[in-house]
Amino acid sequence: MQIGYYPGCSLESSAKEFDLSIRAILHEMEISLKDIPDWNCCGASPAHYLNEELAKALPYRNLVKAEEAGLDRVVSPCPACYSHLKHVHEEVLKDSHLADRLGAIVGKKYGGDIASKHLLDFLKEDIGFDRLKSTVKTPLRQLKVVSYYGCLTRLPGVHIDDMENPNLVDEVVTSIGGEALEWSHKTECCGASLSVSRTEIALRLVNSILEAAKERSADCIAVVCPLCQSNLDTRQGDIHKKYGRNYGIPILYLSQLIGLAQKLDYSQLGLDRLVITPKNLLIEKGIVEK
Amino acid sequence: MDLQPNQVLRLIQINEPNTVLKCSTMWLCASCQTCSVRCPEEIDIAKIMDSLRKLALEAKVPVGDEKVVKFDEIFLDSIRKRGRVHELELVMKYNLALLQPFKDAHLGPVMLARRKLGILGHKIKEVGKVKEIFQNSKRLFKP
Repeated sequence: MQIGYYPGCSLESSAKEFDLSIRAILHEMEISLKDIPDWNCCGASPAHYLNEELAKALPYRNLVKAEEAGLDRVVSPCPACYSHLKHVHEEVLKDSHLADRLGAIVGKKYGGDIASKHLLDFLKEDIGFDRLKSTVKTPLRQLKVVSYYGCLTRLPGVHIDDMENPNLVDEVVTSIGGEALEWSHKTECCGASLSVSRTEIALRLVNSILEAAKERSADCIAVVCPLCQSNLDTRQGDIHKKYGRNYGIPILYLSQLIGLAQKLDYSQLGLDRLVITPKNLLIEKGIVEK
Repeated sequence: MDLQPNQVLRLIQINEPNTVLKCSTMWLCASCQTCSVRCPEEIDIAKIMDSLRKLALEAKVPVGDEKVVKFDEIFLDSIRKRGRVHELELVMKYNLALLQPFKDAHLGPVMLARRKLGILGHKIKEVGKVKEIFQNSKRLFKP
């Protein structure tokens, strides 16, 4: 099965381990990925903050490039990239004026045939949890995980899970043998890009998320967004300084947890790239060897 | 936030654009959409915040939070020049522009050690096409 893939900018640098682990686990399930040729940035938040047409034209070009490459489905691991592709796709199908305008801006016309998927709905609908389970070699027994969704399920055009109490990450964690804990902060915002421009705001939000995870005695937090991962992982030192709390909670991509259950190699999954290292935890739980 | 979101909406209702467009509220909104999901009147508050940002820029009023706008501008400039965002360059340029070159510098060594920072960044082949898209795009879409 060949599937289109739109990694997005973060997965080339700060979230490289998200990219590595997704490619590894999908390879394990005999799925080959074909990148959208010469893809561009989706525009992220800054495009829709500053320029409405640009915010739609940038994802539009990616849809055109995907179609030209003969793809019919595109998986985007980053929720922002995913929602922008999907939202623009849905909007141009509904609004012919907008479709004409974007076609003129980009210089090519999108035919409207790309189905956008996030990793989560791809795992559920296209792969199926049964097939996922069949690739598990080391069930993540005794690993207590809280699933953090951030704003993923609230982004425009996203209808993959419950808005207030999403459950897909928990379902995946359970199906690979982990213990998915109920907790209070599944969908609280991490501060997103304010982490760079207004760091004090993001620190307050991240602190409350980590505190809630600690209260549930979680071993780690599972995430599906590069920005959530970065904020929760890289800011723990700053939080120690500002709030005197030393959480030391590893923040793992869901794809890394799946890869561990598939008994894939620690560094192949990019686990050595996480700031808060999960190594001791994983040895203690018997998931990886010393 | 100098105005609460409900105050922003009330000021829009009573047509006070001068106060609303200068406030910091929409720039400090992180677009998590929680308010839009929970509003009992089904008002898409996050979308209103999004429109207010662009209307404030169109009106050329003093922006309510210069740091956030600066970050967004440098971010878009990175896309225009490369077709993709170069994270390291983005953060460095932003901190230089705000004359705070050492902000977050303590994260540099650990990010480098974990190979989380691409030094050179990527540039797409059709970067000229992306520049054209920037030139052709208008701040507000008018059907």
